Amino acid sequence: MTIKETVDQIVMEFNQFDDWMDKYNYLIEMGRSVPLIDATQKTDSNLISGCQSRVWLNSEYRDGLIYFTADSDAVITKGIAFLLIRVFSGHTPAEIIQAETTFLDMIGLKEHLSPTRSNGLLSMVKQMKMYAFAYQIKEKNS
Amino acid sequence: MIELTEAKIQAVRSDFPILARSIYGKPLVYFDNAATTQKPNAVIDAISNYYRNDNANVHRGVHYLSQHATGAFEDVRKKVAAFVNAGSANEIVFTRGATEAINLVAWSYCETFLKAGDEIIVSALDHHSNIVPWQVACERKGAQLKVIPVTPAGELDLQELYALLNERTRMVAVSHISNSLGTINPVEEIVVMAHSRNIPVFVDGAQGLSHGPVDVQQIGCDFYAFSAHKMYGPMGIGGLYGKSSWLTQMPPYQLGGEMIDKVTFAKTTYNDIPYKFEAGTPNVADVIGLGAAIDYLYHIGWDFIRAQEDDLLHYATKKLQEIEGVTLIGTSAHKAPIVSFLLDGIHFFDAGTILDHLGVAVRTGNHCTQPLMEVLGINGTLRASMAFYNTRQEVDKLVAAIYNVKTLFA
Repeated sequence: MTIKETVDQIVMEFNQFDDWMDKYNYLIEMGRSVPLIDATQKTDSNLISGCQSRVWLNSEYRDGLIYFTADSDAVITKGIAFLLIRVFSGHTPAEIIQAETTFLDMIGLKEHLSPTRSNGLLSMVKQMKMYAFAYQIKEKNS
Repeated sequence: MIELTEAKIQAVRSDFPILARSIYGKPLVYFDNAATTQKPNAVIDAISNYYRNDNANVHRGVHYLSQHATGAFEDVRKKVAAFVNAGSANEIVFTRGATEAINLVAWSYCETFLKAGDEIIVSALDHHSNIVPWQVACERKGAQLKVIPVTPAGELDLQELYALLNERTRMVAVSHISNSLGTINPVEEIVVMAHSRNIPVFVDGAQGLSHGPVDVQQIGCDFYAFSAHKMYGPMGIGGLYGKSSWLTQMPPYQLGGEMIDKVTFAKTTYNDIPYKFEAGTPNVADVIGLGAAIDYLYHIGWDFIRAQEDDLLHYATKKLQEIEGVTLIGTSAHKAPIVSFLLDGIHFFDAGTILDHLGVAVRTGNHCTQPLMEVLGINGTLRASMAFYNTRQEVDKLVAAIYNVKTLFA
């Protein structure tokens, strides 16, 4: 699936729910499916700053594609991490760099996008794009 | 004994227009008063009226408006002095808030009185704003930062403080009330201990002026810092009480504007206190708003405020304790209406996010007290901080919302 197709699918999934509580329930459920970061990778350098909860994000680069793993001590944050991983994991650096992230508005989780001290969503997106930039540069130089 | 009638509480609530609004379609339950209190109409109108009718720069003009604004501005200084029972209005310096007041003293006092090898004592209970300026002053001067430990109940360990005091100690800086836990510190006792060794005491009163009368002469402290926005006044204004004997010995913190006496390229001399600490055009409108906030507090009366806030604190503490899986953090017998707690197995960020959606505004996280959280061995808490305009019904809504959270994350 392309990034756009995954995004459309996520928006469709969330649009089934009218009630915000059901949306959060769904997000919490999804948090349980996050591809967990390896325990040895739960290091301070993989910790994303700017979150109230602790979020670890790791990436691997295989055959031109980036794969992400993550974990968080907060369940909602974990669910959001999983959403982002569903969207971005398994894509090329160029695809990730160019991807839009406005879909989070469309699924009714807009408050997680506001750039406050408490939320790490923007930091997670930024970190994923940073990984993509880094792999792209590495690729060009090799 | 003051009577807490429903009519009285509703009348008080109607003074605060924001309390009538809804969040996500639910009536707002505002329990983040330790972060900032809401503003009554009296304060909003005073600021609006100042800009509509009275705006002029102070201390400069011979014209009517400037003199009128200067008079109103200086009247608030007298009002603040009377509010905290300072010896004189000259001992009140207007600042942007408590943080700036702390920075002012941490720079200016330490510039004159702190030397390499000296010590400053802060507390593990305190807000970063009353730790970091002293820490950096110590780094700048080659001095040592010492820390008063906190007991498991969230109180300062005064025996340890006593052991820390010595001939190298140049300042004891503590908060009046803990923003994270609500503990009311025994500042009078701390002053007696420190003064017996001729050591001055700085009190961070950011949480201190909204819950009951404060008398700086009775406390005996040398400095007391406050923020207007945590006492029903506007944001961006606050102040410092400092004993004139200290303020006159301290060099200016910022330079330019009203703080000048005479300028030549050879030498500049400075105005007297408090003006030598008020560089640039002051925030006149918000000083006027602060004056209106003090008038409003007098109008409501400490008897009502204390009775209502004590009732809320005890009611909320009891109700939260009845919920299985709730752990209260900070169990001092002397507390402001602040309740910090944890939910077993549920991250405070998760809980706070859902509470918000249910219309209940609480604060989550470390509350700018990371060293305290480390001592307590936690990453943060949920904090419900109440004010006299809150109600028992709102506490019930918080409790109901917590049950929703527990179901969702079960």
